[in-house]
Amino acid sequence: MQKSLHIDPNKCTGCLQCEMACSFENHGVFNISKSRIKVFNFEHAGRKVPYTCTQCSDAWCMTACPVDAIRIDATTGAKTVHEDICVGCKVCTIACPFGTVNYVAETGKVQKCDLCGGDPACASACPTGAITYVDANWTGLDKMQQWAGKTDTQPRANA
Amino acid sequence: MAWNRKLLRVDLSKGTCTSEALNMQWAQEYLGQRGLATKYFIEEVDPKVDPLAPENKLIMATGPLTGTPASTGGRYSVITKGALTGAIACSNSGGYFGAELKFAGWDMVIFQGKSKKPVYLSIEDDKAELKDASHLWGKTVFQTEEIIKKSHQDPQIRVASIGRSGENGVMFACVVNDLHRAAGRSGVGTVMGSKNLKAVAVRGKNGGGAIRDPKAFMAATVAAKKVLADNAVTGQGLPTYGTQVLMNVINEMGALPTRNHRDVQFEDARKISGEAMHEKRPTDGKAQLVTNAACFGCTIACGRISKIDETHFSVVNKPEYWGASGGLEYEAAWALGAANGVGDLEALQYVNVLCNEDGFDPITFGATVGAAMELYDLGILTKEQIGMDAPFGSAKALVELAQMTAKGEGFGKELGLGSARLCEKYGRPELSMGVKKQEFPAYDSRGIQGMGLAYATSNRGACHLRGYTVASEVLGIPVKTDPLVTEGKADLVKAFQDATSVFDSAGVCVFTTFAWTLADLQPQLDAACEGDWTMEKLGLLGERIWNMERLFNNAAGFTAKDDDLPPRLKTEPAKTGPAKGLVNGIDKMRPEYYKARGWSAEGVPSKETLARLGL
Ligand code: SF4
Ligand code: SF4
Repeated sequence: MQKSLHIDPNKCTGCLQCEMACSFENHGVFNISKSRIKVFNFEHAGRKVPYTCTQCSDAWCMTACPVDAIRIDATTGAKTVHEDICVGCKVCTIACPFGTVNYVAETGKVQKCDLCGGDPACASACPTGAITYVDANWTGLDKMQQWAGKTDTQPRANA
Repeated sequence: MAWNRKLLRVDLSKGTCTSEALNMQWAQEYLGQRGLATKYFIEEVDPKVDPLAPENKLIMATGPLTGTPASTGGRYSVITKGALTGAIACSNSGGYFGAELKFAGWDMVIFQGKSKKPVYLSIEDDKAELKDASHLWGKTVFQTEEIIKKSHQDPQIRVASIGRSGENGVMFACVVNDLHRAAGRSGVGTVMGSKNLKAVAVRGKNGGGAIRDPKAFMAATVAAKKVLADNAVTGQGLPTYGTQVLMNVINEMGALPTRNHRDVQFEDARKISGEAMHEKRPTDGKAQLVTNAACFGCTIACGRISKIDETHFSVVNKPEYWGASGGLEYEAAWALGAANGVGDLEALQYVNVLCNEDGFDPITFGATVGAAMELYDLGILTKEQIGMDAPFGSAKALVELAQMTAKGEGFGKELGLGSARLCEKYGRPELSMGVKKQEFPAYDSRGIQGMGLAYATSNRGACHLRGYTVASEVLGIPVKTDPLVTEGKADLVKAFQDATSVFDSAGVCVFTTFAWTLADLQPQLDAACEGDWTMEKLGLLGERIWNMERLFNNAAGFTAKDDDLPPRLKTEPAKTGPAKGLVNGIDKMRPEYYKARGWSAEGVPSKETLARLGL
């Protein structure tokens, strides 16, 4: 079964455990500025929104890459950057409509979410369930269930 | 990330920033944050120093778990000699600033001297420089943060700053970071202002330090997070209601100080409670509470983010206050509300936002308004002097006085003194409800006896965060004790004080202690830090820190006489509730406590005690 990261901003508290987990998984350090997932804090609305690559089926970044450095991982479906091929031209960062591919000055390459090879560290680290890793065909299941629960078809006892 | 092994020394008189190796032997003896920074402070500063003189220093310090995935590992503390108290001050704050400082590669920043003109410190990884802040002087915390981020073209910078109150010499100014997280008490922001230091802006891209055993550390943090998630207080109560979960509980216990401690129960407690923050308002059909929020790394998420009713008199025609902002937390809701007899939830949140915006401590501010309202009630302060009618219960007076204090205008200047200096000035020093010139927080010690001792002996003046026996006396954590008796409280207070010293020095939040004991913290520290961090070592560490702080205060001129409560709590019995008829038994508990601590009858640590602790 192909899986997908599923994000529910309403559950996010802004603890940044996901960013820490991402940087540790991919860079071996605890440092949120290296994270591929970012949590945005809309202060005046009181909203926190985690944001990362959605792994488009027809991925702009992949199409744009002139050296074929971004490829589909056969098992996870993730669009992964092959660092040995990437020449750091940054065309993918321009092509991506969501801004989720970014240049890393220290390595001269780009980085993006690769679903950690099928066990995303951010999802495991999230204490609130704001990030989950679920059946790619059923990312809406949770919401369906919530709404289904609100559908009241029982006759009321003392209506 | 444990320690970065590096501190930044900023000489404001000379305008220099220098990197120094962290004293790793001290790190083994004092851990970090509160313990380690206080050690540096005491080694370098004369205890008799005037808190507002250039010779006083101010340290911003992280702990070894700050900036790690340990739950709540985002804390930092500000250590100095307190402007309000003249005692050792250590105010702890969450948000994201502390972790960023750690990521930039520093364990702490020591500020010394005084700048000739307003400056702010800019840190980008190992690059640190003082920059002109004349354009920031006179600006609020909110404005300062925005201007700095804009001028550096970096929205990811974290800022800790003072507001106008810290510039105007309000004695209880805070250092506020991330808009609404504050190193709140004892006037640490006042000291910062006295040095012409407006802000610290940090961006840490490198990360640094090293975890001793990353695998063991991850396992230990995961296990400890589970303990928090499974606990009723940290897993449910705090995320749902925040610290405001306590308002109704403490009121029912008859331990909610009301109208400057004249009463112990507030008839409108329910209206300003955590439950009320969830209720839909009749005016706009929305609840005040928008969501909960976490500090860096925190899996509890007690923080409150709220919106004020746009039709409320305090914010009509002020759209800048209609957005979401931090609050209300329990202590602020109590101090601004019950302490003044004000039951208007919207007014309390508005004043709370002003406290964040201009950086002053809502506990001391609220309690000082309470004292002023009593002076007004007694006819000692007049309408002319205050500039308005200020009876207990007046939300209008509270709001106006807060605005005046923020701006340093009119009677706001006198409120800026804090209740001790205010009541002294008007000839009624006994009406200031506090210890060592710092006002009590939200627990009446007639109804929770142990807190009386915790307040009286707290090294930074009256405070709930030095020894929170409420956990035991009210919530039964780790064991239930009777709140109405003094028996056993000396040992209880000592145990809480020592354990808290360890948590405050580790880089984690004291709220974890609703679920964690030292036994939950120990494996995390041991895996992160080099050195053998056994339970025994941690036990001694906490006691060592407590005694070190005590020695500083004694040398600063404090004596056993200062370990006392105002006469009201010792002579005027609680009028209602379970504690009806009771006063606090501080005079009975104090000698027991000194004995338990291994101190003389004058409150001086004995030679044997000091030798045992390696002091
Ligand atoms: S770990 Fe979860 S709750 Fe925490 S910031 Fe990330 S998405 Fe939000
Ligand atoms: S428990 Fe509350 S104050 Fe402590 S770190 Fe978590 S959100 Fe911050």
